[in-house]
Amino acid sequence: MGKTNFNILEHELVPEHIILSKKEKIKLLKELNIKPHQLPWILVSDPVCKKIGAKPGDVIMIIRKSPTAGKTVAYRYVVPIKVKEA
Amino acid sequence: MEIEEEYIISGIKFGILSQEQIKKLSVVSITVPDTYDEEWTPISFGLVDKKLGTLEPGQTCDTCGGKIDQCPGHFGRIDLARPVIHIGFIKHILNSLQATCANCNRILLDDVRIEKYKKLLDKFRQKNLTLLANLVINLVIKRSSQNEICPHCKVSQPKIKFERPFYFYEERERIPRPLTPFDIYERLRKIRDDEARLLGFDPPYSRPESTILFSLPVPPIIIRPSITLETGERSEDDLTHKLGDIVRTNEKLKQSIDSASPQLIIDEHWNLLQFHVATYFDNEIAGVSPSIHRSGRPLKTLAQRLKGKEGRFRGNLSGKRVDFSARTVISPDPYISIDEVGVPYEVAKRLTIPVKVTSWNLKELQTYVINGPDNYPGANYVITPEGRQIDLRFVKDRYQLAQQLTVGYVVERHLKDGDLVLFNRQPSLHRMSMMAHRVKALPYKTFRIHPLVCPPYNADFDGDEMNLFVPQDEEAKSELEVIMKVEKQMLTPRYGGMIIGALHDYITASYLLTRRQTKLSRFLTACILAHAEYKGALDKDEYSGREIFEFFLPEINYEGKCLAVFDEEDKNLVIKKGKILKGVIDHNAIGDQKARTLLHKIYLKYGPEKTKDFLNKLGWALIFFLDHYGFTIGLDEEDLPREVYEEIEKIINKHVEKVNEYIELYRKGKLEREPGSTLEDTLEQKIIDELNLARDEAGKFAEKFFSRENSVLITAKTGARGKMLNLIHMSVCIGQQTLRGKRMYRGYEGRILPHFKKGDLGAFAKGFIKSNYKIGLNPIEFFIHAVSGREGLVDTAVRTSQSGYMQRRLINALLDVYVDYDGTVKDTEGNIIQFIYGEDGVDPAMSVWHDPVDVEDIVKEVMEEDETV
Repeated sequence: MGKTNFNILEHELVPEHIILSKKEKIKLLKELNIKPHQLPWILVSDPVCKKIGAKPGDVIMIIRKSPTAGKTVAYRYVVPIKVKEA
Repeated sequence: MEIEEEYIISGIKFGILSQEQIKKLSVVSITVPDTYDEEWTPISFGLVDKKLGTLEPGQTCDTCGGKIDQCPGHFGRIDLARPVIHIGFIKHILNSLQATCANCNRILLDDVRIEKYKKLLDKFRQKNLTLLANLVINLVIKRSSQNEICPHCKVSQPKIKFERPFYFYEERERIPRPLTPFDIYERLRKIRDDEARLLGFDPPYSRPESTILFSLPVPPIIIRPSITLETGERSEDDLTHKLGDIVRTNEKLKQSIDSASPQLIIDEHWNLLQFHVATYFDNEIAGVSPSIHRSGRPLKTLAQRLKGKEGRFRGNLSGKRVDFSARTVISPDPYISIDEVGVPYEVAKRLTIPVKVTSWNLKELQTYVINGPDNYPGANYVITPEGRQIDLRFVKDRYQLAQQLTVGYVVERHLKDGDLVLFNRQPSLHRMSMMAHRVKALPYKTFRIHPLVCPPYNADFDGDEMNLFVPQDEEAKSELEVIMKVEKQMLTPRYGGMIIGALHDYITASYLLTRRQTKLSRFLTACILAHAEYKGALDKDEYSGREIFEFFLPEINYEGKCLAVFDEEDKNLVIKKGKILKGVIDHNAIGDQKARTLLHKIYLKYGPEKTKDFLNKLGWALIFFLDHYGFTIGLDEEDLPREVYEEIEKIINKHVEKVNEYIELYRKGKLEREPGSTLEDTLEQKIIDELNLARDEAGKFAEKFFSRENSVLITAKTGARGKMLNLIHMSVCIGQQTLRGKRMYRGYEGRILPHFKKGDLGAFAKGFIKSNYKIGLNPIEFFIHAVSGREGLVDTAVRTSQSGYMQRRLINALLDVYVDYDGTVKDTEGNIIQFIYGEDGVDPAMSVWHDPVDVEDIVKEVMEEDETV
């Protein structure tokens, strides 16, 4: 394929990704009563992160279709690299 | 040994033993590779030196002077003539070498970066965020390893190469130079404490150079006991053998160094020492041939003691065997309650429950003590307020002891009727595989369970065994009571329906009872109701079956389809206020493993207690009714009139003829190819369709000739047991046999048996069975049937083992995941797995076929209420 100018965000299998503002992030973490690293992670090198310009430390809101609930909201914490061992 | 002070463990810290610590820890340096001399006394400085602790009663320890029960054992050491690498730290050594400068031993990052990472790491360590700390460490290692010139001393870095199993090289301009453990030790030693921390070490508890061994700890002998065989021969533990190898090689290496042997010889011994030390830790290293026993069996060294199913973790720590448990064969007893378990007296007399003596139970417990261990119901032990345990087997005057009982004593009494126990059948794939039952002590030697609890356990009575556990304290008892009782586990989280419900005979009986024509005399009605413990007067001389069923029904409204449709009128089951208006009670109404049934509705509306009662009483009544009715299946019921057989023959022949026509068409090349498949596939598909049609058509034709009272027909149509297909197999035609989803194809060249022509594609040559079980199969059909039947058996065997392993992996991955109070799914570290459980927050056990509430049913219910007002 190489460098076709194809916007992955428009693909039907890619759910909506939104970077949370600082305020929203704090509010979310307070609601869930957790530290940001306890959210599921996403790599900065993830194609979606690159496309929407997320930086390490950001929290991304993902709105997905769900077979059980119709629509569901998830959050991910942007991290620089993978951790090999837990 | 007196206990001088008491401590409470507040935490455990793991580290790597340094050379100094190993020396300090050890009581003797082992230099002799042997164990005992001719007089069977341990050799000094040998592998079982008396300083290492005691093994047998009567021995005293040379280090602490303690006896077997006092001496904890002491470590020795082997002082290695040359250092070796610890095989468990290979990765850490490689990372440390790659991340630091070969010249100045600083981390290959500039000072600013190092400072930044240090701060981050400190922050995460302080807040106990292990996951993020690991992230920093991985980042440091990855980034620094990429640097080719040291930012501190500006020296260009060699490439560090690792070669399995334990060789390190540094490569400059494509020329590799081996790094000896000496070289590696020197480099690791020079890494600063603060920078070692960035590489994941924790000085002073673990330092990089501690990964290189100069001396090896020798575990105390109780860790590796020698066994005396019946022949009087002594046999040493695998670990002792391995340590012997190490000492032997070490001494040889020492000699060759002392006698100034050529470097090549020294290196050879050194290498051998490295091999022995490596396999001492782990005898299953990739690329290393495992070290073996004289018999050829691989030695069980340290890692092998811990790993795997029989290892320390899975075998001894997670898999402990417990007291107060029993296991025996199960057998059915429909006359006990579904939440009871029949326990043999012999078992009930061995399993006990500790009961504290109070003024209320004193009398009762006294009789147990007087009865003693052999008379049921009795007791096995009495524990005095001082904590002394008295074994009642050896008490001469139990009557006197019983008089002594006061508040503060504890009596370990026999299991008695009504005690809650945990009952289990393996494999425990379900939460319903372990349920709490009430004890009912019974004669004979098997556990008795009610047939209706077979589905949750997936049990049958062809020799199945089950386990029973007795709770020993109030906390365990209340868990059984509140969450594990049978009636509280009747809903399955798999599909939100009843897993416990009527089956087999109960279904047949309820159909026979509730169909329109069933009328029972007053006497018989009384008998049936008596079996169901019904108390009350009967005011009529004749009762219909439905009326009897209504005795058990609460005032409930229900509408549903009937499975057994013999009358158009009774197509649907309609119940209003506990009265059956239309339809019959079959598997769709009270059956097991089904959701949205009448039974399910009773459960949701009236709760576990009432549902249990309903099933119990209905069950006893139905069993008695069926006994009285005399339901049986006879051979003659599978017979059909001669004319019918002739007609069936005609139908089948017609279709076989059609198959032959297709083949003829194909041979002539006139067969039309279906889109998307080859000509051969088209023909095959047409033949399969045709032959299936043959059986179905014959079956449908024959069905009309079975009477409504045909027993097989009744069990099939009510959903009690079997399908119509089984009846057709028995009395009409068995039909096509398959192998791996295709018509039979294997065996000889171009044919499955030598009785056919090569390349014959006809119905019979490819496994179509025209006969039925009643008339019997011809030898060729019989053989083909056996082939196909065997495939089914093999399939089930393979499937269970595969799905078992799959389940194990899933459980290991998910076992500490839980739903938090806020509805999120988390792991033990508090990391979020799902933001709402199942993305919709619905408990499948409480749902009605995946919906949180049955809206339709609620609307219907409300509308009906409106009508009556």
